[in-house]
Amino acid sequence: MSAQDHAGHDHTHGGAAHGSLKGYLIGFVLSVILTAIPFWLVMDGVIDNKQATAVIVMAFAAVQIIVHMVFFLHMTPASEGGWSMLALIFTVILVVIVLSGSLWVMYHLNANMMPGLHEMRQMP
Amino acid sequence: MPESLTKFIFGRLTLESLPLHEPIVVVTFIVVALGGLAVLGAITYFKLWGYLWREWFTSVDHKKIGVMYMALGLVMLLRGFSDAIMMRLQQAIAFNGSEGYLNAHHYDQIFTAHGVIMIFFVAMPFVTGLMNFVVPLQIGARDVSFPFLNNFSFWMTVGGAILVMASLFVGEFARTGWLAYPPLSGIDYSPDVGVDYYIWALQVAGVGTTLSGINLICTIIKMRAPGMTMMRMPIFTWTSLCTNVLIVASFPVLTAVLTLLALDRYVGTNFFTNDFGGNPMMYVNLIWIWGHPEVYILILPLFGVFSEVTSTFSGKRLFGYTSMVYATVVITILSYLVWLHHFFTMGSGASVNSFFGITTMIISIPTGAKMFNWLFTMYRGRIRFELPMMWTLAFMLTFVVGGMTGVLLAVPPADFVLHNSLFLIAHFHNVIIGGVLFGLFAGIAYWWPKAFGFRLDPFWGKVSFWCWVLGFWFAFMPLYILGLMGVTRRMRVFDDPSLQIWFVIAAFGAVLIAGGIAAFLVQIFVSIRRREALADHTGDPWDGRTLEWSTSSPPPAYNFAFTPVIRDNDAWFDMKRAGYRRPLSGFKPIHMPKNTGTGVILAALSVALGFGLIWYMWWLAALSFVCLIATAIGHTFNYHRDFDIPAAEVAQTEEARTTLLAAQG
Amino acid sequence: MTSTAITAGAEPVFHLEEEHAHAEGGSTMLGFWLYLMSDCLIFAMLFAAFGVLGGNYAAGPAPKDLFDLGLVAVNTTMLLLSSITYGFAMLTMDKGRVGETQSWLAVTMLFGLAFLSIELYEFAHMIHEGATPQRSAFLSSFFTLVGTHGLHVTFGIVWMVTLMVQVARHGLIEANRRRLMCLSMFWHFLDVVWIGVFTFVYLMGTLR
Repeated sequence: MSAQDHAGHDHTHGGAAHGSLKGYLIGFVLSVILTAIPFWLVMDGVIDNKQATAVIVMAFAAVQIIVHMVFFLHMTPASEGGWSMLALIFTVILVVIVLSGSLWVMYHLNANMMPGLHEMRQMP
Repeated sequence: MPESLTKFIFGRLTLESLPLHEPIVVVTFIVVALGGLAVLGAITYFKLWGYLWREWFTSVDHKKIGVMYMALGLVMLLRGFSDAIMMRLQQAIAFNGSEGYLNAHHYDQIFTAHGVIMIFFVAMPFVTGLMNFVVPLQIGARDVSFPFLNNFSFWMTVGGAILVMASLFVGEFARTGWLAYPPLSGIDYSPDVGVDYYIWALQVAGVGTTLSGINLICTIIKMRAPGMTMMRMPIFTWTSLCTNVLIVASFPVLTAVLTLLALDRYVGTNFFTNDFGGNPMMYVNLIWIWGHPEVYILILPLFGVFSEVTSTFSGKRLFGYTSMVYATVVITILSYLVWLHHFFTMGSGASVNSFFGITTMIISIPTGAKMFNWLFTMYRGRIRFELPMMWTLAFMLTFVVGGMTGVLLAVPPADFVLHNSLFLIAHFHNVIIGGVLFGLFAGIAYWWPKAFGFRLDPFWGKVSFWCWVLGFWFAFMPLYILGLMGVTRRMRVFDDPSLQIWFVIAAFGAVLIAGGIAAFLVQIFVSIRRREALADHTGDPWDGRTLEWSTSSPPPAYNFAFTPVIRDNDAWFDMKRAGYRRPLSGFKPIHMPKNTGTGVILAALSVALGFGLIWYMWWLAALSFVCLIATAIGHTFNYHRDFDIPAAEVAQTEEARTTLLAAQG
Repeated sequence: MTSTAITAGAEPVFHLEEEHAHAEGGSTMLGFWLYLMSDCLIFAMLFAAFGVLGGNYAAGPAPKDLFDLGLVAVNTTMLLLSSITYGFAMLTMDKGRVGETQSWLAVTMLFGLAFLSIELYEFAHMIHEGATPQRSAFLSSFFTLVGTHGLHVTFGIVWMVTLMVQVARHGLIEANRRRLMCLSMFWHFLDVVWIGVFTFVYLMGTLR
């Protein structure tokens, strides 16, 4: 019961929040690798199975997004008293809901209401 | 003037665009013009322009911006309600071969405008205004996090409202229903300016709403007084936080969807067309991802109001504070998982429909928990039946009915029967009037003394209350019945004469509601006349429990002379109980933001941009866009945005209050 | 927070004696982050539109006929390089070196402009081949998603020019540092969105 147990008031502006040269370089190298591999996989058709390639490419994207968040955007659980992270997690959940929900809903709609969609694609 | 030049200057705006052939619109225009001239004349005569500009329009004070939001909501309520009563009258007489008095072209605009205005320019400004006024006071802050942004947000909302109002007299409004589904709203079927007015009015207002949401989230997270942990925040602040999270997380969706529709109309893309692979149902899917959270944006803050009112007027701490907070958070998240229940009939199939039906039903659990919390708060409390409490009771009785019909509609097979019927109309008016509007009236009656230093007249308040409550039941119960009989929404004429009696009853209800609105205006007028008799000098007329009641009414520009330290949930109740004494000396200078006119200018340029785009006046659109960017950049070159209120001035203000309090004895 | 307010003895303390200053701009970084999150949802909608409509070619060109992955790889490199140079700008800003900060910002801007030029070239090429935004729902959603990202980059560059002028005028004062940090977040955020774009639009489009 004192004024000190007050979470909303961190006036900390640490210089560390901007990261270090090392951090940026690590992030950059990782990004280059994580970008190059998916391009190589797709451009050279390394894996025969398209679905497997797609899954791997998406996994690389997910990892690279995390790399960018950590090394370039300096996202830590502690920044802004945890609120940035909370906002990010909430947004990620919403993006997942919106994307997967829309795809699911519209896929079923097309399957039910437009059974001949594949022929439709060829129509002008 | 050569035709090409006229076309360049005015785009597709011609003299024929003015609705001179619609006598109702012409008469409305004359009345509005005369009324407007009278108001402008009065302002000029009493030399109020300077005062309004300096003290209100350019103000960054969250309290004044809050009051201006409320004023905007009230003005637009009159417009939105005029549309409503015109529809009720049309439907009550258009039987037995009568065409009624509205032609289809006009009637379609009216039901679209009614929905758009009531949601975007009545409910939203009211809710935002209430949050703007109350939240910083409740958390012991001097202002919001970004005071300039707050002013800008308000004027963008006004800008949107101006575009909607302009559509009444210049051109026409959309004839598509309030969500403007394609392909009807596409360029092929709505080649006129109506849908463009709709798009740009909502885009302009949407910018303001989103920014105001970010602003209030930051305020609540960053500006709380020391000691106020998250779980010590007043419940209204909690519901406001969740509301603004919903705003920030859903209005971008609306912006994106309307942009895609605009691209279809202006550029000729094929997102929602019938040809070239477009899919109109995708629009319905996307817009309801915004649309459902929007419903909770409207109701959540009012749940907060009811909590504050119930607790204050029962003289008890709120029952189940923690469960109330969790219920609010759960509703916030669940509101993103139910959007498909607005289009069960689209045909996504059983698996999809069951999922969204079940999530919808789950939402009634936290809402039910809230209802029980209010009941238990009242249980064994010393209930004072003041106006805010009366509205709250009316809400509880009315809202439960609306909630139950909502759960009924959440059952997909039932929805297949009731979809787009008057049952649906009755349902959502039941929750929006019974929840949002009753809550707003409770909130206005509750916080009015804080804003202006005198109470609202209780007699006229009760007249308004009974007119509204009875009017609501008369107006919407018949619609439930009609809906069950299979009558669909947005009908202009009817064939079956046996239905007429229900529409007549509904029209009678609308007339009662008109009485309720009139009585509310009379109440404000009478209260201002009798402000001496109704004055409250204590700053705490209701024996309140939260921080806003600890300062004077109306609060000084800086809200609190000293930043309060919070030890308990009901901070002000705790302070009163522990023998709090107002500090009388030791005042320090207070750092405050300066007023600025940039918000007004930016919003005006946005309106010009919207108008240019609507009428294809490309030069106007381009010019105002360039000016908009230039003004925004120019504003960032101003680094001197703050000033200090000198300690002597603070001391003087506080001294005046000490004298006033001493006179109370 | 002053400790005097708390240790005033048995008498309960209800207010702070000293002015409780909320640091100037203390909410700005959080506020800007929230704005970015809302922007992220705008992009999510465009991704959803592309996801649902991206296969509707309407007998028009498909990704395989249009996309030049080599060009996209170059473009991605430009954006990645601009990210790291902006990082260097932030590091020199921390050290308070105005000249170096300005130089790194200028380099970042050049990479940004290179990115935009390549993208515009790609668009022009596609439109020249008849693959216009009006041709099919796939192309509508492609141009809108990628174009919106490009528009953001354009605004980022305009903002960067503004900030360079402001830094030149006032130096690396607190307000300008805060603004540079906001732009930094904006710039890196656009890079994150681009990861989504090249993965979902270009790479997976080619796979389709």
